[in-house]
Amino acid sequence: MSTAVTLNASHQTLSRASAWARRAPLLPALIFMIIVTQLPFVATLVISFVRWNALYPNDIGFGWFANYAAVFTDQAMLKSVITTVILTVAVVLVSLILGLVIAILLDRKFFGRGFVRTIMIAPFLIVPVAAALVWKHAILNPSYGLLNGTLTWIWGLFGHAASAPQPDWVSSQPLGAIIAALVWQWTPFMMLILLAGLQGRPLDVIEAARIDGADEWQIFRHMTLPHLRQYLELAALLGCIYLVQNFDAVFTITSGGLGTANLPYTIYQTFFEAHDYGQASAAGVVVVIGSMIIATFVLRTVSSLLKEEKR
Amino acid sequence: MSATITGERADAASIRRRAGAPVGRTASMRTRERRRTVSLGIIAWVIGLIFFGPIVWMLLTSLHSETTAATNPPNLFAPLTLSSYANFFGASSGASPWPPLINSVSMSLGSTAIVLILSIPAAYALAIRPVRKWSDVMFFFLTTKMLPMVAGLLPVYLIAKQLGLLDTVGLMVIIYTSMNLPIAVWMMRSFFAEIPLEVIEAAQVDGAGLLLTFRRIIIPLASPGIIATALICFIFSWNELLFASVLTSTTSYTAPVFLTSFVTSEGLFLSKVCAASIAISLPVLAAGFAAQDKLVQGLSLGAIK
Repeated sequence: MSTAVTLNASHQTLSRASAWARRAPLLPALIFMIIVTQLPFVATLVISFVRWNALYPNDIGFGWFANYAAVFTDQAMLKSVITTVILTVAVVLVSLILGLVIAILLDRKFFGRGFVRTIMIAPFLIVPVAAALVWKHAILNPSYGLLNGTLTWIWGLFGHAASAPQPDWVSSQPLGAIIAALVWQWTPFMMLILLAGLQGRPLDVIEAARIDGADEWQIFRHMTLPHLRQYLELAALLGCIYLVQNFDAVFTITSGGLGTANLPYTIYQTFFEAHDYGQASAAGVVVVIGSMIIATFVLRTVSSLLKEEKR
Repeated sequence: MSATITGERADAASIRRRAGAPVGRTASMRTRERRRTVSLGIIAWVIGLIFFGPIVWMLLTSLHSETTAATNPPNLFAPLTLSSYANFFGASSGASPWPPLINSVSMSLGSTAIVLILSIPAAYALAIRPVRKWSDVMFFFLTTKMLPMVAGLLPVYLIAKQLGLLDTVGLMVIIYTSMNLPIAVWMMRSFFAEIPLEVIEAAQVDGAGLLLTFRRIIIPLASPGIIATALICFIFSWNELLFASVLTSTTSYTAPVFLTSFVTSEGLFLSKVCAASIAISLPVLAAGFAAQDKLVQGLSLGAIK
């Protein structure tokens, strides 16, 4: 608020020299970001039009849209687009709903709330590769994982331990296994953002509504939910942006096998195993365009949140 | 918006007192409400413990011997042992974890230091004496964070190869700096914007120069935010896998890359897998718990306070 006021008041009086003095502290960070992030993207764009497979070093040349045509006709690539969409939407939806429920529970006062909040955050703080490894080996493994072990134990209670079902989770539900591990990691993220939203609610207005006889559902439906809308949008969009890029869980749990290769994994493979630089770059550009579409919505949400802050 | 949990709850209580509650509430309504609070609290505890379960399981498994860890049904009461940790750190089987751990520490600390050096002046220019069109600059930083990193991987690889920087700590420090700088600028701007301008102006009226103002006023007042920003940058650098696995190989590979050597390991090493996962996650868990309150600000790219 105060920054905006001084900004307007002092504009006209700024001489050119002091304008540069103002800009100077910003420049190192700005120049660094432009060099390190924009140049590689321009290079990716250029390479995406070049016929370039590192296995055939004598056949490098301008290929027009051949790489893009290859991306859009390659069955594996198309399948990975679908996988990416399913994976992202499923994880974001499930973790958003779980996160909302948990945020509402944690917004209430109860014994040990701080402690429960702390242990709820923990899954998000495990190194992603480690989390995926633990899901793969310690929880979902068919012969000694926790899940099947618990099934054996429950069946054992009734004296039928030998006949307990022992599904091979990762092989039978490869995408489901990745989704489960990611939902576990990302629910705390959604919960944290929504909890921040809940705590920004104007409590006096809610208290007034309660005194006027509104019940909890009415308050939730007509006051909490509209207030949370921006936070729900932001959590969903940020979740999409982070999860579209997910590499660790796919790499660790299935190594992209069994139809679970998403776009980042497929690009990694095209580049690292097939050595087709041109096609990998074209796929990269396609991912960038997809992300930019989501990003414009993020920017809109963020700027409306910033406006709210300034008011 | 930025009030703490306790602060806001205190407000709610005082409002309730001022409103003279319970207005029109009977004793039975209050008992019912209390019962509901208790049962919802229990549900919250149960959900919290379910989410924490895999971590407890990870810890328990890491503390069992390999033979008692890989049993079906699970044997919760097997004797505990630190042998898997000794095995992991002593590297009695497989490669030593120390080189990748040292690499990860130097990359994470190095990039965090550079991020702070670049983002503190930038935040000053964006929050305290804002440049013109400061919000456009902010959104530029934000967009760099939204583009998928994988799309820049190939050129970075080719450029690094040309410059002879492949498989060096320095290259990864630059990559992680670019990954975290936008987040840091956003977080830092919001922390700097919270410093009342009058305090800064008063210091300057008293004749303090820019550096003195920074040292005596701005840095101390923003220090909780600066520390939280540093911790979050540390976490993100420490966790990164994709770039590290492509750009590093024999000398500068990181702890997460080292962990991927367990991807195909079979049950024989279950306890060691868990011990390794715990050991490598520990710095992140510590940093995350320390930055808990500000975590959401970092995770949401500073958009929410």
